[in-house]
Amino acid sequence: MNSDVTDFASLAPAYPEMILAIGAVVLLMLGVGINKERSALVSWLAIVLLAVVGLVVILQPTDAVLFNGLFISDAFARYMKVLVIGGAGLALILSMSNAVENGVHKFEYSVLALLATLGMMIMVSAHDLMSLYVGLELQSLALYVMAAIKRDDSRASEAGLKYFVLGALSSGMLLYGASLVYGFTGHTNLAEIVVAISNEGRSIGLIFGVVFLLAGVAFKISAVPFHMWTPDVYEGAPTPVTAFFAMAPKVAAMTLMIRLTMDSFAPITRDWQQIIIFLSIASMVLAAFAAIGQRSLKRLIAYSSIGHVGFALVGLSSGTQVGVEGVAIYMAIYVTMTVGFFACLLSLRTANGYVESIEDLAGAAQRRPFVAAIMAIVMFSLIGLPPLAGFFAKWHVFVAAIEAHLYLLSVIGVLASAVSAFYYLRIIKVMYFDEPMHEFAAVPAELNVIMAVSGFLVVAYYFVVGSPLANLAHTAAGSLF
Amino acid sequence: MGLDIGLGHYLTVAAILFTLGVFGIFLNRKNIIVILMSVELILLAVNLNFVAFSAHLNDLQGQVFALMILTVAAAEAAIGLAILVIFYRNRGTIAVEDVNTMKG
Repeated sequence: MNSDVTDFASLAPAYPEMILAIGAVVLLMLGVGINKERSALVSWLAIVLLAVVGLVVILQPTDAVLFNGLFISDAFARYMKVLVIGGAGLALILSMSNAVENGVHKFEYSVLALLATLGMMIMVSAHDLMSLYVGLELQSLALYVMAAIKRDDSRASEAGLKYFVLGALSSGMLLYGASLVYGFTGHTNLAEIVVAISNEGRSIGLIFGVVFLLAGVAFKISAVPFHMWTPDVYEGAPTPVTAFFAMAPKVAAMTLMIRLTMDSFAPITRDWQQIIIFLSIASMVLAAFAAIGQRSLKRLIAYSSIGHVGFALVGLSSGTQVGVEGVAIYMAIYVTMTVGFFACLLSLRTANGYVESIEDLAGAAQRRPFVAAIMAIVMFSLIGLPPLAGFFAKWHVFVAAIEAHLYLLSVIGVLASAVSAFYYLRIIKVMYFDEPMHEFAAVPAELNVIMAVSGFLVVAYYFVVGSPLANLAHTAAGSLF
Repeated sequence: MGLDIGLGHYLTVAAILFTLGVFGIFLNRKNIIVILMSVELILLAVNLNFVAFSAHLNDLQGQVFALMILTVAAAEAAIGLAILVIFYRNRGTIAVEDVNTMKG
């Protein structure tokens, strides 16, 4: 299983991470060297670098465990890595237009985004509590700075501060859990932990550790009751940064959740299942009701993302391969919908800056029919109306839950989904039936492309990408069982 | 009449430190620096746990883990203080009760 580190060719499964790490450092030096006005060059190079890394991930055929079991590359890791890289790359493209106004025109922003992506890829490939922690911290430390990157904005710095404090607390809880798991199994390697648990059975200390560990990860995916930072950070951070937060880090943390529960804690499924079911129900219900009163679009999408994490966890609570498959499909569709939403949000700019509250959207359908149409499609998909992609996302996870006889969970989930339809529909109502209030600025070309692609994928999901995606997710989930 | 200090004692101390750290974050109504100190306290509690388990299990991995946590904790404190400086420049205060622009 273990490879010889001195042989460079044997490190092939870790090439993507290595390319990204070296590339990020090279871009940092380039950014220091070139003129400040030309820092957009660094952003474009960062996007190209992410594309190359994504390609290297896709072209990797072999499964391997490297670095004495610290790092794993299997079909599941590769699937999630492609999602992470895609989400990060798209968020970087979204940040290119009006970068100065958003405060993300500094070259440090794209370098930090690359480092955060590197951390997420290590999280996805983590096969040991140590590499898991280091990857998680690399991601988190970069994200704290990104939240506060608009240095002269008091809301952004407050968002950064809140994110830092609660993120540090969650890392502490995760570590405390990791220390207990290490103490009561004697191992930090995920594969050895599972062997130790099946040999020695469960102990109260181990269960304590699992609870703390899952609570730490639940912070990162912002599942209720560990969600309190999400609305504030989403609202305070500049919109392109919010877009970044809403996509790749969620996928990476969800991967961590799946790998911990399905891989190392598989022998004690009964114990963690209760925790996941609770997180899932709490997230779905709280998000559905809390979002109703929101005026700010970014707070609304924060609650929406909390709710979607809850739906994704429905799949995980089943504890089966079908469930993991459902979560994998859910995350892919979630990224597609989220990128569409943020592309719409960033393309609606009035004279006083970006659209912030729902009322600002009034009459968008008359002034910007294309943007409004994409927004409406994304909203219908977030509700989960067939035949849009969002419906199939929910369908896959609920099928898994029903097959695992989790009827109550499924019923609550469907009801929460119906309640959440209210606030999504209100956005459509404001856009289509209210009188226009503002003139909107011209839409940048790259946002139009992203909106068109995202809208197309959401509408034509069933006919175009549905079955290939399901196959990929099937292979990915299969590598965990 | 020597008192043997075993694993349980270390774990108890670590658990107390951890709890103090968590309460320091939530109950503290004064100053954000105190929150940063509480975070350090949490990480040190975890380190104590790791080292105690490592000695008890006769296994080096826990100590390696503790070294990594020390390193990351230093980086984390640096970033936390940097963000705190930005916050202070914008708002002119580091009182916890003033971190309240966004609510809802």
